[in-house]
Amino acid sequence: MTNAASIRPSHGLVAVDDLVGSIAPGMMLAIPKDESGAAMEATRALIRRGVRDLRLLCVPVCGMQADLLIGAGCVAQVECGGIVINEIGAGPRFRAAVREGTLVLRDSTCPALHAALQAGEKGQPFAAVRGILGSDLLQHRDDWRVVPNPFGDARDRVVLVPAINPDVFLFHAAWGDRFGNVWIAGRRDLAYTAHASRRTLVTVEDLWDGDLLDDERMAAGTLASTYVSAVAHAPRGAWPLTLQHRYVEDADHVALYARLARSDEGFADYLRAHVLDAAPAKRP
Amino acid sequence: MNGCTHLERVIGAIARLLANAGTVAIGSSSPVEAAGALLAQAVYPGGTRALVFRNNLHDPFPESGSELYDRIGQGRIDVFFLSGGQIDGRANLNMVGVGPYPRMPVRFSGNHGTPFIYLMVPRIILYREEHSRRTLVPKVDYISAPGVTPPDVPRRGGPTDLVTGKAAFTFDRDAARFTLASVHPPHTVDDVVASTGFEFERPIDVPATPDPPADWLQLLRGPVRAQVAETYPRFAATLAAR
Repeated sequence: MTNAASIRPSHGLVAVDDLVGSIAPGMMLAIPKDESGAAMEATRALIRRGVRDLRLLCVPVCGMQADLLIGAGCVAQVECGGIVINEIGAGPRFRAAVREGTLVLRDSTCPALHAALQAGEKGQPFAAVRGILGSDLLQHRDDWRVVPNPFGDARDRVVLVPAINPDVFLFHAAWGDRFGNVWIAGRRDLAYTAHASRRTLVTVEDLWDGDLLDDERMAAGTLASTYVSAVAHAPRGAWPLTLQHRYVEDADHVALYARLARSDEGFADYLRAHVLDAAPAKRP
Repeated sequence: MNGCTHLERVIGAIARLLANAGTVAIGSSSPVEAAGALLAQAVYPGGTRALVFRNNLHDPFPESGSELYDRIGQGRIDVFFLSGGQIDGRANLNMVGVGPYPRMPVRFSGNHGTPFIYLMVPRIILYREEHSRRTLVPKVDYISAPGVTPPDVPRRGGPTDLVTGKAAFTFDRDAARFTLASVHPPHTVDDVVASTGFEFERPIDVPATPDPPADWLQLLRGPVRAQVAETYPRFAATLAAR
């Protein structure tokens, strides 16, 4: 009997630094909401590489991860439903960058981002989204269109948003195997964002011994290697944010970040102590 | 001498608005609204169902946030809570910031789902704890979503109520105006007028917001608090039994 694992090529594992090595200036980088698994160790590695001019896509609302990338000067443009640090408020470096005018803002709304990515995974040119009419979003999003509903009565109008296909999607998941499969549980947002993205890079909490697709219980929640460009092993790789069902957010550390990031000097101190001088030993 | 806190009175006022209100969904970072909806679910079993988003243990939207929007799009959610950094007298909501867009000197987190939700959920209750001329303004600087829309805009309903830390208002969508419904003791009508940046209707006699009855308080300090703690442990600690 042929084992499925034996006939699929092995992706192998890469180090976290190498995982993010392909993220280049100008790329659209998609990152998930905290609850879906933020690749924080990889984000710190990305900042240490000094990448700039990223077009950041939050799927659809992010917190400390987006704020850190903005504060570190990696981001030229943000598209998001919001940047908010849980129970603390809008990201402090995001607020500062808006004030200083250093970011191109593409404010959006969460259901439009979900719909645009789902259009992207299907190869469709656009998605139709209800609501939004009467919002100032329509004054500022010149790439959106309001059109008559071709199937409705003459007065019914609907908003069209162009499909989104990110250059790269980066997240952290509970399990990955050496064939490049990644277990994402039931998080459909991770699946359709990966489907829509040209490359998907994943850090994983634990390595699965075997092939995730060979285990019926795991296969249902597995993002197949078809959609995964590279996997790196990063235990506690979402720290200080949460990895659902594994560990909760380190709320004290996030609060420390939010406090320091209110000033330029405080943020520089945070960056030095917890990112620039905090390179972990390379992991295979 | 009553035995309830300010927070309990506000939560009670929210729960009263949710009597047999159907399926109520609560967005992220909304502990007071979650407590009010979970209390209503306990007080009106079968009539009010609370779906509290971002609950690590029993999230009613386990597949992702898009699930919430899909359900809203289909009309499966009856009531939703929204808020704004600024709310104006026509119930316009601003989630984006103060000053001219985009380089706003005061920036809020962003629109989130508000531009969609406000038009697609039949009943919206607005909640904003801070009741001041900074939050309740004559005209918002940025309209994330409009309080009222022309009749040709597809909309299932809209805002019906506004609850703040000082008072409760109802909203008349035809007149596009708020009416003061009750004032939370120890605040007064004068106090509410002085701290509200927009004009609103007020009857000659404005009642005090009633305290939650004793059995509601027992629920709130017991099983409801435990449910709130699944999503908001720090907030739930402030609701501890006394």
